[in-house]
Amino acid sequence: MRLTRYAVVALLVGIMALAQQASAAPSGPPVRIGSTLALTGPLAATGQVHKLVGDIYVEQLNARNGLLGRPVEWIVKDDQSKQDLARTLYEQLITVDKVDLLLGPYATGNILAAMAVAQRYNKMLIHHTFGIPSLATYDMQFPAWSLGPDPATTFPNTVLDALAASPKPPKTIAVVTSKFPSVQFVAMGAREVAKKRGLKEVLFLDWEFGNREFGPIAARIKDANPDFVWVGAIGLEGNQLLEAMKKIDYMPAEQFFMYPAPGPMVKAPEAKNALAATIFEEHAPFLNNPGAAEFVKTFNERAAKAGLADTAVETQAAASYTAWQILEAAVTATKSLDDKVLAQWLKTHTVDTIQGKLRFNGPSNYGDDLMRVKQVQNGRWVVVWPPEAAAPGAKLMVQ
Amino acid sequence: MNLPSPTLLAQAILSGIFVGALYGLLGLGLSLSWGLLRQINLSHFALAFLGAYLSYQLATVGGVDPLVTLLVIAPLFFVLGAAIHGLLLRFAVTPLNSLLVTFGLTVIIESVIQWYWTADYRRLASRYADITFRAGPLFVPLPELMTVLLSVSLCVAVWATLRYTDLGKAIRAAAEDAPIAAAFGVNQRTLAALLSGVCAALAGAAGVCLALTYTLTPSQLYAWIGVVFAAVMIGGLGSALGPLFAGIVIGVSEAITMALTAPSWAPLVSFSLLIVVLLVRPGRA
Repeated sequence: MRLTRYAVVALLVGIMALAQQASAAPSGPPVRIGSTLALTGPLAATGQVHKLVGDIYVEQLNARNGLLGRPVEWIVKDDQSKQDLARTLYEQLITVDKVDLLLGPYATGNILAAMAVAQRYNKMLIHHTFGIPSLATYDMQFPAWSLGPDPATTFPNTVLDALAASPKPPKTIAVVTSKFPSVQFVAMGAREVAKKRGLKEVLFLDWEFGNREFGPIAARIKDANPDFVWVGAIGLEGNQLLEAMKKIDYMPAEQFFMYPAPGPMVKAPEAKNALAATIFEEHAPFLNNPGAAEFVKTFNERAAKAGLADTAVETQAAASYTAWQILEAAVTATKSLDDKVLAQWLKTHTVDTIQGKLRFNGPSNYGDDLMRVKQVQNGRWVVVWPPEAAAPGAKLMVQ
Repeated sequence: MNLPSPTLLAQAILSGIFVGALYGLLGLGLSLSWGLLRQINLSHFALAFLGAYLSYQLATVGGVDPLVTLLVIAPLFFVLGAAIHGLLLRFAVTPLNSLLVTFGLTVIIESVIQWYWTADYRRLASRYADITFRAGPLFVPLPELMTVLLSVSLCVAVWATLRYTDLGKAIRAAAEDAPIAAAFGVNQRTLAALLSGVCAALAGAAGVCLALTYTLTPSQLYAWIGVVFAAVMIGGLGSALGPLFAGIVIGVSEAITMALTAPSWAPLVSFSLLIVVLLVRPGRA
């Protein structure tokens, strides 16, 4: 009887201890994580997505006991979309704010600037959406965007594989591109890949990033009348070209946009069946990845509350969340905040993220190219290629 | 190099006229304030974008026809323009300093736009957006046509006012020699405030055209500064018709460049033309 009583008391103590552990608030000095983001300036539309994702992740992280039992404090500064300012602010984060860890800014140019500072101080840098893997030469940088080390070859092949499997495979191609670095080099790769695959190039042209007038470009595409147009567009450029083509009553049979502003494009009627690149969309199988469904729900609500025009989770938000997942996984596994220890662990392990399993042991610490092809269908983006990543029942539609 | 088809060339020229008319409308207020008030008003571009966002707001949320929003925006901006002029006058800002002060105003207005409308892209879905006329093989979108008509009407109206009315003559006299004009009874202060208000109202009108034809984002305002300045300088400071003609010349030249060669060469056109004009007619700007 006495034994039973002891057992019950021991069990109760055990349960209480477990309960206390489960609900324990993180304590001690905060783990300080430093970032800059483009909260103002030309990149701010996407910068604010990364800010919202970071806020959500830090709240979730602190709710589950922070990092190493300590609360997490995210120090985020506005780099105004300027590379020189990003460089200065990362210097400040390391030397003045004395942050424990760094997360990257947005976008490629600013990440490159931050990378140089991180390298100077031997700090690890995990970054969200760096567009040119070959430039990521620093040993302790880790990409959260699973582009693969050579997206200029691998991704055009993915797109052309998708089209080759469609009911009307294209025979001619037009490659038109912005001179924005991270889309231009992939467009050049697309030209090479298309040539090797036997597609006839009927038009190539490029324009300066920031171009206002797309009427003549649309007229030239119409004049060339290709079966497929590869548009190396970033941000609003995709919509501007679509609007210009609509004004002259033209729509190519198939068109692919490298990095369009996903919200405005999916809402534009003229974007019907337009293709684009993605690493994550709000449907299975992506929602089956760890943490994905919960994050999507929270992001949708918070983005609507924050007044964002586009409340959906896609590449930017997913890469941003992934960056935090990579950081948490490394710290939790190593129980360390030492940059070298964390970097070493990442190079030898894979991390489960909402975009899938990521590895960092390839060239420039890049792993597999997990880029998918998505299409505007019935007013929403759905992944159509490769088949294992496609939305349930979704197939590539042709005009 | 393959020669473009006549249709491609003609469509490109039409595109150039459309965008050139907008350069002209944006340049009209800038030219008047620079030439007649000696104020290089960079905030003109920010006001134009503020006008575009207000038009978007009134049309999208309030359900007001985008053209009708002009009836609200023009008077509102007139007051705003006169107030900005009062501020510059209060601190006796020189022409060069006006560039710096109005750059500061531009940044403030851009921040206000971003604070209220966020940095997200905004597109005004008006009932005019989907209407396109056909002229043989050519397409003429209604929003662009409306921009051309509004731009030409406003430029001609301002030109006629300056040239044929007593008010216009007084404004020109005050710009030419303020003390002598004052001796003849011209109230230079009132006229300057009036002209500033008109310039801001013209920025608002340009904003409505921007909202009708372009997707908006706050930082886009800087993309227009260089080319519109070139149109103003080629067209002549203080001129009402000059920026329109120069804007169309630049727009068409850019469009033909895009149709014939790499579109990335197009931005060079406006500044090359400006250099040529300055070399040939150095007193123009």
